[in-house]
Amino acid sequence: MKLGLVIDLDTCVGCHACATACKQWNTSGTIGPLSDQNPYGKNPIGSWLNRIRTYEVKEPSADPRLPSADPRLLSADQKLPQAHQKPPSDNQESSCGSQQFDLYALATKGESALSFAGINSATGAPASKTVHMPMSCMQCEDADCVTVCPTGASYKRAEDGIVLIDQDKCMGCNLCSWACPYGARELDEEQGVMKKCTLCVDRIYDEKLPESERQPACVLSCPTSSRVFGDFDDPSSDVSRLTIERGGKGLMPELGYKPTNRYLPPRETAQVPAMAKTKQPALSKLKKWANRVIAR
Amino acid sequence: MNQPVDLLPKFENHEEQETKFTTCYMCACRCGIKVTTEGNQVRFIQGNPKHPINKGVLCAKGNAGIMKQCSPAKLRSPLLRKPGSERGAGEFDEISWDQALEILTARLKKIRQTDPKKLAFFTGRDQMQALTGFWASQFGTINWAAHGGFCSVNMAAAGLYTTGHSFWEFGDPDWDLTKYFMMWGVAEDHASNPIKIGLKKLKERGAKFVAINPVRTGYQAIADEWIAVRPGTDGMLALAMVHVLLQHDMFDDEFLVRYTNSPRLVVNTPGKVGDGLFLRNADGEALVYDQQRGTLVDGNRVDISPALFGEFTTDDGRPVRTVMSVLADKYLVDDYSPEAAAKVCGVPADTIERLALEIAHVAFEESITIDCEWTDWAGRKQTQFVGRPVSMHAMRGISAHSNGFQTCRAIHLLQVMLGTIDCPGGHLAKPPFPKHIPPNLKPARHMSPNTPLTSAPLGFPTAPEDLCIDGDGTPLRIDKAYSWDAPIAAHGLMHMVISNAVKGDPYEIDTLMLFMANMAWNSSMNTANTMAMLREKKDNGEYKIPFIVNSDAFHSEMVNYSDLVLPDTTFLERYDTISMLDRPISETDAACDSIRQPILKADRDVRAWQEVLVDLAGRLDFPAFKNEQGGNKYLDYKDFIINYERAPGIGFLAGWRGKNGDQHLVGEPNPKQWEAYIENECFFKYPLEPSQRYYRHANKDYLELAKTAGWVGSTEQILIEVYSESLQKFRLAGQGLYDGPMPTDEQHKQRLREHFDPLPYFYMPLEQQRIDTEEYRFHAITQRPMFMYHSWDSQNAWLRQIASQNYLYMNREECGRMGIADEAWVWIESHNGKIRAQVKHMDGVEANTVWTWNAIAKAPGTWGLDKDANESKDAFLLNHLISELLPPKQSFADITNSDPVTGQAAWYDLCVKITPALDGESGAWPQFEPVNPLPNQPSSVKGISYSTHQNVNIKRSLKDILKRGKQ
Repeated sequence: MKLGLVIDLDTCVGCHACATACKQWNTSGTIGPLSDQNPYGKNPIGSWLNRIRTYEVKEPSADPRLPSADPRLLSADQKLPQAHQKPPSDNQESSCGSQQFDLYALATKGESALSFAGINSATGAPASKTVHMPMSCMQCEDADCVTVCPTGASYKRAEDGIVLIDQDKCMGCNLCSWACPYGARELDEEQGVMKKCTLCVDRIYDEKLPESERQPACVLSCPTSSRVFGDFDDPSSDVSRLTIERGGKGLMPELGYKPTNRYLPPRETAQVPAMAKTKQPALSKLKKWANRVIAR
Repeated sequence: MNQPVDLLPKFENHEEQETKFTTCYMCACRCGIKVTTEGNQVRFIQGNPKHPINKGVLCAKGNAGIMKQCSPAKLRSPLLRKPGSERGAGEFDEISWDQALEILTARLKKIRQTDPKKLAFFTGRDQMQALTGFWASQFGTINWAAHGGFCSVNMAAAGLYTTGHSFWEFGDPDWDLTKYFMMWGVAEDHASNPIKIGLKKLKERGAKFVAINPVRTGYQAIADEWIAVRPGTDGMLALAMVHVLLQHDMFDDEFLVRYTNSPRLVVNTPGKVGDGLFLRNADGEALVYDQQRGTLVDGNRVDISPALFGEFTTDDGRPVRTVMSVLADKYLVDDYSPEAAAKVCGVPADTIERLALEIAHVAFEESITIDCEWTDWAGRKQTQFVGRPVSMHAMRGISAHSNGFQTCRAIHLLQVMLGTIDCPGGHLAKPPFPKHIPPNLKPARHMSPNTPLTSAPLGFPTAPEDLCIDGDGTPLRIDKAYSWDAPIAAHGLMHMVISNAVKGDPYEIDTLMLFMANMAWNSSMNTANTMAMLREKKDNGEYKIPFIVNSDAFHSEMVNYSDLVLPDTTFLERYDTISMLDRPISETDAACDSIRQPILKADRDVRAWQEVLVDLAGRLDFPAFKNEQGGNKYLDYKDFIINYERAPGIGFLAGWRGKNGDQHLVGEPNPKQWEAYIENECFFKYPLEPSQRYYRHANKDYLELAKTAGWVGSTEQILIEVYSESLQKFRLAGQGLYDGPMPTDEQHKQRLREHFDPLPYFYMPLEQQRIDTEEYRFHAITQRPMFMYHSWDSQNAWLRQIASQNYLYMNREECGRMGIADEAWVWIESHNGKIRAQVKHMDGVEANTVWTWNAIAKAPGTWGLDKDANESKDAFLLNHLISELLPPKQSFADITNSDPVTGQAAWYDLCVKITPALDGESGAWPQFEPVNPLPNQPSSVKGISYSTHQNVNIKRSLKDILKRGKQ
């Protein structure tokens, strides 16, 4: 099995439900507790396995000599770990490759700016789009975070592809988080060990739970059903079907880690024709309205 | 998943866990939740899949309920301000509940015996207004209201005076069938999960979603089209679309003739008594012109074909016109053309025209029909429901402007012209709505000692006679609701209570009793001055508001300004009802209500406010709470809920009534009703028959059910009021042409003449009319972050990690012109004062608008936060800039900064100027002195590692490590 998530950028409204659902389940879960520092003080920060960033992406400049505008972080959350302050990229702490994640291409299918909502100066709206971007572990098939782990704590399960951390073996050296270009691993300051998304391995196989609830907490909770969980090895699964139907993309495939999770780009903007105008505008016949005989 | 489970350890000890259902209270959405506990701790809160509101999903707040329960800000015992200490100093003694209730009973008893209006009882985010309002009625004070006056009364009142229902709790878009959805001014607020569930449905179906909002966050981000409208001008936008629809004959004339008052004849005698009222026959019935008979006839008759347009002369020589003719005259002029609107709204004229033509296309060329036999109001069998699949939703950004009532009416007019009211694909009512227009309930006026009111404190005036004023026009209510200041103040004006009481205008009060209302902070306009008012004393050294009682579960800023603090339980610790008598959770196709039950045992000396109210009602000898022997009629809140009947067979809970619990909606009290609700996952759902689901304003089967259930008073057709004769009566009073009470003050006259237009119209928000708009050139508004929206009553350790500081978001290009760098500190100044805040650049904001997240800032030391928390040092409240009064105008008396029709607080009208802060000026300003810790406040913690059990780690085998994961 190749378990993972599909995340629909067409309908994610950036509500953070998946993030707190994840925090809530997992703080008492197999990877828990997820500690919080200064919970009621200055600059509160804690361990989260799933965070949502909101970006504004601009239309690239028509002038090919100019670099495309950087997507800009709009999130209210300014206390994100440093690695999250910009879109995943070759940040200085990372040991990964040099490509920049092209959020614009993802959010627009790389098509002409005028073809989708928001970037349309004809309506007087600014030439940009707001994109909500939930990020958690991509359950990479070729995960460097696993390779670099000096104690063998990080591993990818052969059975289902979930990347896990044996909490007893982790010594909190941070190498794996530096290796991860997605910022998906967070060192728990209180526990001194690394935390990451487990795809709720402690829910999805729990036969004591109703079958419909054997899903990651984030998926259960998502108010716009923008998160779907399933087996990418099964061509009939929802995740496989959606990925094909909607052109789901992995993030930064060029880095070679083979991320499992897929993001669905926004759909084409809905178009509605305008009703044809009457030839004789009513303004000229103010006193001459034709009354149809309509029975009350 | 099919996984050999023996490979994995047992993670959860389910035998030690318990699962119960209840209703969330992290906001006003009231989702059903399933809570798993372990010991007396919450393991997991999830959405209840069967619940009508949230259908299994849950928002960021609901998912953070654990941290609300763990908040160190929870109040722990009753508190009394230390004798001799100053109000606001935060010096309290812990007292027992017996002491607290004795003090309160003695005080209230005296007020009730002498002058009941000296008690002002105002509730904030109250989800049991049917109980608190009833309590106030039994006490005998008309000075009661909840927070609707600063929340959404414009939305509610405009709907109830137009279509008989409205948005949010009153109705919803038909998410399953609509093909075009227009969302107006939804600042990521009501209703949280239903909107998100609905938007997903639209996007999957390819329905078009247009968001009209100056700010593009949240929902706006996924809209197919974003209309960056200038704040406060939505009414103009809607009426320009009405102009286009009229111009091209794009309106549903059958709908208008059958279901609205559009064919009625309006007397056209400007300057004379009776102008603008309906032409009526001797029986008082409004007349129409019948095209079959060629005469004027009673418009209620069934066998007629009323003319929609036309001008006629009565036998006595008075000119009359149909409502539709008046309407066409009004909106077809250039003042409402798309070109004129473009100048006001900042939306291009061709966009406005295109939007109107698009909704017309969907309404008339993509109509849908549902084959279903139903009976109309006149008893005629119909074979199908015709649907015009255009729907709308509007909220805060419309409601919180001083022109919000008329703007909301304009949006309803647009819906009515398209025929999209309560039809398939349109905007659907939710039981107990629609109601007759307006609901037949007048606000109570008469008070006497030791006597209950004869009706509810709040109601719906239809003429000046219904106002709560005395013979010389002086307001009877402390908030001046239903006075000439705000004649249709259907939710009261909670935002004026403190200001009026401190001035003794219209009179002084003795006790202000608040529930879940943070009037010393984010629930007041003009916050810093409000805090000062709460400390103001008379010459004799007594406080101008002598006694303040506050019930809350958490250490809000208001606690510090209270004399007696009554600690409430959290939502996981109490019984509660979300009642059909109140603000129910109905769906468009079902009547629903719900309860809360205790999930956890409270570990503090706290009592649920509803228990306290029932207890106090007994102590104060309220008649409805006493039995014939003079003893207490009800044991406690639970007993009251089961046994109290408002009318025979109708009580707080509609489900499982009757002695055996086998009757719904109406039936005798059921002693096992709570158990029945708990058994049914804490909610009740009464599905309507398919024949009762649409056109309910004219659907006999539905209206008969509604009458039986007590939702409406009669089965007569609910005639949609395009033209509001009620408003015209107030306008005539302003013109000196009314045969009844009339104002004497010129300002009042002017407000009535201008703002009580019987047809919706656009006017500039009132603050803008009185300030220099060149100087204060930015509109300053708030959005509500989805992860905190309405999450008022705790400072949540998880949610504050998402945002503990708010920024002032400004248009990037505008900042470039003004030389304001990203993250620079700026001064924001209004006519009322100035504050300092930090800027963030943004593309997705209309150029003349600045905005921020609502209610992030906290006073230092409150809410269990450390004194140096970001909420106190870096975050800011726009409230300081908003005056509760309009900017002064020469020769006019001070008057509330509210909608002149409804008294809705106009906090979205704020206009500001922005100037860069000087070098060295940083941090939010003003800063406030830290609040003293409460006597029993737990000490601050440096960290939390929340878990209900030791985690069960999945061990990686040595073999797997050695083989590097290869099999």
